[in-house]
Amino acid sequence: MERVPILKIGDILLVSIQLDMSDQTAVALQEDLAERIVATGCHGVIIDITALDIVDSFVGRMLSTIASISKVLDAETVVVGMRPAVAITLVELGLSLNGIRTALNVERGMELIAVDRVHDDQYEFEGGPDTEPLALP
Amino acid sequence: MALSADESSRLAELLTSRATQVTQRWTEVMAGQLRGRLSQAELVRQVQELHRALTDALGKGAADLTAEEATELRAVLAELSRGQARQGFSATETASSIFGLKDALLAELEADQSVGTLRDYVAFSGLVDQMGLFTFESFVRTRESLIADQAEQLLELSTPVVKLWEGVVAVPLVGTLDSARAQVVMERLLQTLVDTGSPYAIIDITGVPAVDTQVAQHILKTVVAARLMGADCIISGIRPQIAQTIVALGIEFGDIATKASLADALRHVLRLTGVETSRRQPRREA
Repeated sequence: MERVPILKIGDILLVSIQLDMSDQTAVALQEDLAERIVATGCHGVIIDITALDIVDSFVGRMLSTIASISKVLDAETVVVGMRPAVAITLVELGLSLNGIRTALNVERGMELIAVDRVHDDQYEFEGGPDTEPLALP
Repeated sequence: MALSADESSRLAELLTSRATQVTQRWTEVMAGQLRGRLSQAELVRQVQELHRALTDALGKGAADLTAEEATELRAVLAELSRGQARQGFSATETASSIFGLKDALLAELEADQSVGTLRDYVAFSGLVDQMGLFTFESFVRTRESLIADQAEQLLELSTPVVKLWEGVVAVPLVGTLDSARAQVVMERLLQTLVDTGSPYAIIDITGVPAVDTQVAQHILKTVVAARLMGADCIISGIRPQIAQTIVALGIEFGDIATKASLADALRHVLRLTGVETSRRQPRREA
């Protein structure tokens, strides 16, 4: 069975989906990812779907599940690289990827996660109602 | 209504023997129809070309306009109506200039008072009617292709995506937003977001004359699609009447940011991205 590789870049796990997902690959990816998050202690997961021509309800649900699993393990999930045609199809079908954050490309996704971590740290240690939130770069 | 071989040869002979009179009378009728919008030389050239093509076709024994022998005549007629359609003549004027041939023929046939004249005239005028209808059809076809071309040009002209700032693009929508245009706008905007990697897009609807539920639906879809890709959309340029219409129709924009003007929207985005703008201090002379 084919497996989706999971790459670690700094504090982030990068998953680039480049094959048609089946039930088995999806389940395997979820298990692998959960294990890697725990093993590495990463706080961010980026799922790159640039190579996907079709995102149907199955893939949508898989992304939602991965996001929920990561959330439980205190990691932020960002889906990046959705193609315009895919986005239009999803809208026309009325499918919305609830609870999933998106970014245009991997770079933006990493920025997004980095900013979130800075926010979290601030609120944990020096946060207060008067603290100015850091601006996006 | 096909002409018999006998009739077509008689008509060909009449057109050849009385060429000058027929073309002259025909030109007069056409000139009356077109009221000086075409130069006399141009008219004479057109009539002579038609006359020559018609004589040729009849000389070869064409029974009607669809015959093989009349191919050249059809081409000349199509060319004439194409030209007139592009120059802005009406369909009636174009067809009437062909029907002018009837007048010319009648004038010639009246001189000859034999028994077969009426029968001949009816047969000839059947052919002229066919020619007129053919002109009419190619006229309409030309107009339709003109309209299709223009619609396509309009579609391309009216949907530019402009870069306002690093990471901020804007779509100034001008004109009525129907499904086809909305689709083009959506595709182009999303593609630009990918190409430029801009996380913010501003949709400016100052130039949209009316916003109904359908237009709002199209705009909302675009915003949702952009969000799915990871970009944020702001709607700007909402005029007072449009704001009232939106509320009256019960359209909900939800958590989508809406601003009154493009300037406000840009300021909003710049604040989100942390860009600070300030006026330069006037330099003081020491």
